[in-house]
Amino acid sequence: MTQIPALAEIPKPPSRPLGQQVFDLILWGGIIALLVISFGPAEMAKLPLLFQNSDNMRQFGSEFTKPDFTEWRLLIAQMWVTIQIALWGTSIAVLLAVPLGLLGARNVTPSWLQWPIRRAMDALRSVPDLVIGTIFVVAVGLGPFAGVMALALNTGGVLGKLFSEAVESIDKGPVEGVRATGAAPLQEIVWGVIPQVAPLWTSYALYRFESNSRAATVLGLIGAGGIGQILFDSLNSFAYSRTAAISIVIVAAVTLIDLLSQTIRARLL
Amino acid sequence: MTEAAVLSVQNASKSFASRKALDGVSLDVRKGEMIALIGPSGSGKSTLLRSISGLQTIDSGAGRIEAFGNAVQENGRISGKVRDTRIRVGFIFQQFNLVGRLSLFTNVALGSLGRIGFLRGLFGAWPQETRNAAMQALARVGVADYAAQRANTLSGGQQQRGAIARALVQKAKIILADEPVASLDPVSARKVMDILRDLNRVDGLTVVVTLHQVDYAMRYCDRVVALKAGKVVYDGPAAQLERKQLIDIYGPEFEDVFWEGAPK
Repeated sequence: MTQIPALAEIPKPPSRPLGQQVFDLILWGGIIALLVISFGPAEMAKLPLLFQNSDNMRQFGSEFTKPDFTEWRLLIAQMWVTIQIALWGTSIAVLLAVPLGLLGARNVTPSWLQWPIRRAMDALRSVPDLVIGTIFVVAVGLGPFAGVMALALNTGGVLGKLFSEAVESIDKGPVEGVRATGAAPLQEIVWGVIPQVAPLWTSYALYRFESNSRAATVLGLIGAGGIGQILFDSLNSFAYSRTAAISIVIVAAVTLIDLLSQTIRARLL
Repeated sequence: MTEAAVLSVQNASKSFASRKALDGVSLDVRKGEMIALIGPSGSGKSTLLRSISGLQTIDSGAGRIEAFGNAVQENGRISGKVRDTRIRVGFIFQQFNLVGRLSLFTNVALGSLGRIGFLRGLFGAWPQETRNAAMQALARVGVADYAAQRANTLSGGQQQRGAIARALVQKAKIILADEPVASLDPVSARKVMDILRDLNRVDGLTVVVTLHQVDYAMRYCDRVVALKAGKVVYDGPAAQLERKQLIDIYGPEFEDVFWEGAPK
């Protein structure tokens, strides 16, 4: 029979080190302190207004339940414009992201080049598409093209980073296999790297197309055309029934695109 | 480099941090030889083979590796012309290293990248000669029926035979095989070794193969080179490798490195 060891011999249960406990305290204390400080500037005191001004909300709500679809042709046409903006924006972004993604990957590109490329992608990513869009509206005028460029640059930065990370996680065995045949470096990438990352890259691109069809709607706010623009126009003119119809069209279209791209992505991976 | 040597390793050393994987290794391989590199794991077999193909550098200094009379690497630098050498040297990996999502046919056609036009190779517009050579090579190693299948749907033995077919399409004159049977079952392993032996005997290819199974080394190869802690401790005919030397190389448990019975 095994002997029960004396109590003194059994190691004590592990306790969290003091440093970690202090860190947790500072972290949570800090978050709470920040929330308290931000209460005023964020006008959180207005929270009860949501319920006090219930008249406004009731009017808004009641008109919303009666969506006005009389202009459905226009709505569908504008939704289609928005999707086309997303399509072109995402496609140009992919064209940008393929070279950026390869040049930004540590296992493919020497570090003196990889590092600045990564920082350039960070810069592209850190500027919101609304800001890029505003700049392009100034440059090329109001309309969908400004929206396309805004999506292309921002998404180019995002996809470039995601593509780089996919490349960095590949198995180097097949690349060495191709290298051992005497292939040129570019051929190594085309035959050894791209086939390994293709499913993930496609999946990321489709996912960004999904979110870009939502983003393209918001870009209507700055005059980039599409359904977003008539959404904000009708909101500003208090045409809530029309707004409701537009919202329904957007939700339906975005859901449809989500489902479609999810189906394709599920088959890829 | 002796007259008929196709590969020559002179005084090669390689350190990983403080550990020496290769410690002053010299080795000449003559045309048409079939050589087994044996030794316990960590003895430097794979490092030596990978250095010969320029997949890895050796330490800078006096070490030098040549193939067909041209430098593959010297003074710790891979030669700028290493691709010319690689085209003529096929490399077989333990993990096959086929590109899993490409068809077996495409994987084998990749063997021609070094000798067809750059753009043709880049876009996979394989010339008729490559297509024929690929199917011929696949038939030779007995997996032509699987040409259209994705490589990662095939068994280990089938993939390894595909990798040999890739080296054949390459028209390699030398085949370096790094533990080609270590991930295979005994039946597939024998098949792969039979193919390598056949390429050596019938086609006159020079074959250097690292093996864990000493009985395979003795059965299939004429010459055995044994490494221990990065040094060559035996270099001679396979037939003269005896119990005493094996104990020297592997220690008293040397019987474990035989799959099918150790010599008495």
